[in-house]
Amino acid sequence: MTEKEPAAISTRAIEIIVALMLLSVAVLVIYDSKRIGAGWAADGPEAGYFPFYIGALLGVASIWILLQAMLQKTSPVFVAPDRFQRVLAVFIPTALYIATIYFIGIYLASAFFLALFMRRHGKFGWRKMLAVSVLVPGILFLLFEVWFLVPLPKGPLENLFGY
Amino acid sequence: MEEFSNLLHGFAIALTWQNLMFMFVGILLGVLIGVLPGLGGANGVAILLPLTFSMPPTSAIIMLSCIYWGALFGGAITSILFNIPGEPWSVATTFDGYPMAQQGRAGEALTAAFTSSFVGALFAVIVITFLAPLVARFALRFGPAEFFAVQLLTFCSFVGLARSAPAKTIAAMMLGFALASVGLDTVTGTLRMTFGSTELLRGFDFLIAVIGLFGIGEILLTMEEGLAFKGVRARINPKVVLHTWAQLPKYWMTALRGTLIGCWMGITPGGATPASFMSYGVAKRLSRDGHKFGTGQIEGVIAPETAAHAAGTSALLPMLTLGIPGSPTAAVLLGGLLIWGLQPGPLLFVEQKDFVWGLIASMYLANIVGLAIVLTTVPWWAAILRVPFSIIAPIIVVICSVGAFTVHNALFDVALMLVFGVVGYLFKKLDYPLAPMVLALVLGDLAESSFRQAMLLSQGSMTIFWANGLVGGIVALALLMLVWPLLSGFLAKFRRGGDAHLANERPIE
Amino acid sequence: MFIKLITTLGAAALIALSSAPAYAWEPTKSVEFVVPAGTGGGADQMARLIQGMIIKHDLMKQPMVVVNKSGGAGAEGFLDVKGAKGNPHKIIITLSNLFTTPLATGVPFNWTDLTPVAMLALDEFVLWVNADSPYKSAKDYLDAVKAGDDNQFKMAGTGSKQEDHIITVALGKAAGKKLTYVPFKGGGDVAVQLVGGHVNSTVNNPIEAVAHWRAGKLRPLCVFDDKPLPYKTRVTDTMAWSDIPTCRQSGIDVDYLMLRGIFMAPGVTPEQVNYYVDLFRRVRALPEWQEFMEKGAFNPTFLVGNEYSDWARKAEGTHKSLMQEAGFIAK
Repeated sequence: MTEKEPAAISTRAIEIIVALMLLSVAVLVIYDSKRIGAGWAADGPEAGYFPFYIGALLGVASIWILLQAMLQKTSPVFVAPDRFQRVLAVFIPTALYIATIYFIGIYLASAFFLALFMRRHGKFGWRKMLAVSVLVPGILFLLFEVWFLVPLPKGPLENLFGY
Repeated sequence: MEEFSNLLHGFAIALTWQNLMFMFVGILLGVLIGVLPGLGGANGVAILLPLTFSMPPTSAIIMLSCIYWGALFGGAITSILFNIPGEPWSVATTFDGYPMAQQGRAGEALTAAFTSSFVGALFAVIVITFLAPLVARFALRFGPAEFFAVQLLTFCSFVGLARSAPAKTIAAMMLGFALASVGLDTVTGTLRMTFGSTELLRGFDFLIAVIGLFGIGEILLTMEEGLAFKGVRARINPKVVLHTWAQLPKYWMTALRGTLIGCWMGITPGGATPASFMSYGVAKRLSRDGHKFGTGQIEGVIAPETAAHAAGTSALLPMLTLGIPGSPTAAVLLGGLLIWGLQPGPLLFVEQKDFVWGLIASMYLANIVGLAIVLTTVPWWAAILRVPFSIIAPIIVVICSVGAFTVHNALFDVALMLVFGVVGYLFKKLDYPLAPMVLALVLGDLAESSFRQAMLLSQGSMTIFWANGLVGGIVALALLMLVWPLLSGFLAKFRRGGDAHLANERPIE
Repeated sequence: MFIKLITTLGAAALIALSSAPAYAWEPTKSVEFVVPAGTGGGADQMARLIQGMIIKHDLMKQPMVVVNKSGGAGAEGFLDVKGAKGNPHKIIITLSNLFTTPLATGVPFNWTDLTPVAMLALDEFVLWVNADSPYKSAKDYLDAVKAGDDNQFKMAGTGSKQEDHIITVALGKAAGKKLTYVPFKGGGDVAVQLVGGHVNSTVNNPIEAVAHWRAGKLRPLCVFDDKPLPYKTRVTDTMAWSDIPTCRQSGIDVDYLMLRGIFMAPGVTPEQVNYYVDLFRRVRALPEWQEFMEKGAFNPTFLVGNEYSDWARKAEGTHKSLMQEAGFIAK
């Protein structure tokens, strides 16, 4: 997300970014609570009463964290580049996987995802790879669509077979 | 004793080959549903409910309630193995169960979880058998003020001194509360923080958050360490069950406390999830090894599991006697009763003796059958950790995605799960505590609406929270729990002459 | 013309054989049955009962799948069906939130965005008090409310700015005093709050409170309908549903019935609508349905086509004026 560069990033930088994000959440919460009424009416608190104070406390806490992080002199490395690469190696395919579900449905996307992941990180042979990447979505399909009658996201391929 | 003869009669009804088979099938399905995150007991029972219409009501409810027991057992499995709570009530089980698995003690943790589930359920069934009318009257005394007091107690008994910086604990907790308030406000019917988005209408579900924070977050963290689960070198000993059993009796006090908390929370009805958190918090407070909780203590598994299962089981009592569901799953079962033409309520025990006692007898049998089934699978589950990470990791991602989808049938939730995964990763690395956030997310909504309902009843007067002995007592207990760490630290200081060990308190996540 | 002939033939075949008739259109894949409410509620129960009956009596070749979309007081479910333009494999069961949700929250949809299929039943509302309370009739209670202060009497109900809340405000208007309304999650909780004595009255649906009535914990005062309920079988030792007077007779000039009906996505063909109309006709004819109607003291009115649309249009108008008076319309 915010940490795309593979260079070593200091913990302090991440602390600051996270604190700023929390602060923006706090501002959003306070803004919306004000809109719907954050007072104490005759018969108890209004809809925005609790969220308002939650937002306020979140704001105070995030500013506190922000100041602490900024005042820090030295800061350890948040994550070493090689380690971060490994995190990205699972994060990016997962994000792509979820994005493809929107287009081709969860079964096909899962098959591709399983196959690619196994191939890349496990160096498995074709046979093992195919077995897992066909079996897992297949079992899920039987379980959800056929037995439990729970519709999962499907794409053009499933439509072709009348699902 | 009339109950006793009724129970024997119930066994006669439940113990047919056909019903035993339904029990067996139900438990297996339930474990499966429990293992799959997202597809919880309530969904599972709702899905299978229509399929049971052609069965006699007693057999149908035996099978459906067995799905529920199975889900209660099954929820612990993925919590312990992969840090992914299969069910909301097994979140607290991850706190110590997962560290145990990382140390190669997965089999031990699973055995402890299953056995304590069984103990909790058994106790709850005994309560149902002999104390049903009494207990039903107790549940009637709970109005909004009392519910709020219980939620306060849950919170106070869990949130205490953690190692994390106070600012971070507060930030995490408030973030949880803020997320909980998104969506429709039940008291005034206005939309909060949806900003005109359709996707935000359903709010942030607790399950989506925990699947992301714990499950996906954990995979990201594990990847950083290299392509392996830590528990992989665990030797699988088929005798692990017996070894674990040998050390369980030591913790009878923890189990008893958990069971009592669970029964109370199931009957009032507070639900299995708050019960498991409360039990964990209380165990941490009162145990001699409390400061070691979170590092793989077997007590940290026993406490939430006994409470969750006791609560889940006793939740059926208010459903049968009053028609109020003590848990989401009980709500669906309640719908089932109505569909079969049975009227839950005070007269059910009088008019439908066969049905009620058949069901109660089946609870005893099903939990024994369930324990036997899940215990025999312990070595298999532990063996999953030996599957190479590069196969199991993508499968976990797929199952988490399916789970996140099935909670509300929404694709947006799957994307949300990934965002929560990133948040979980960042928070873990920056030492924000996750547990207060998760608890705030699960309790925030409930506590706020009970509080405001109470305020409506009292027309804005706070005195309602000490208006009678019951509510006042629970509030006082909650405050006591909140200051307990200070108090016990003070006592220890007094006793040992200034050797404060509060600084060594471990975080609870 | 040809289509009409086929439907006529189909109807004839139905009468003759009462087995699967030939339809002008039939589902080609599983049908999603959307419930704009959570699992375990009244609409969910009805949907799953229908699903179970269809399975048991083999009324459909393709499976029917119940999907709960309860977000934003059901808005999520309605928007989902509204967005599925021309999709004949999606139907939705509605409750009053079809009218109340867009008015109260401002979420952009209207019942005219959907295609009406059939009204299955109407759910009744009954005014209940605790059996230990001194109020023997609706008039007693109304007099007590009149004599008391504003907000002295407390009413529990399901949800906010929805059916129970609307009736409460209307009742308060009839008495000339404000009633305090306390919203809860489900009808079961509401009934128990009344049994426990935490509130003074409720307007539970019959099915939600009947068990407590039979156990002698609650007392029905009147039904919010223009005529008494038709069910004459004794429910308690002394009373049947038909013995409950109407609220009108007691001087409370309030009628309210809740829709339990089926809608489809916009842009579907008449043949597709007819398939479902016929399906629900057959569901209604089954003994399980009759039994369910009687257990829950439903008003078993069945409407289709224009009659159904007219009813919905009228109901929308009623809701609008009631909610306007109560100040429930979103700004």
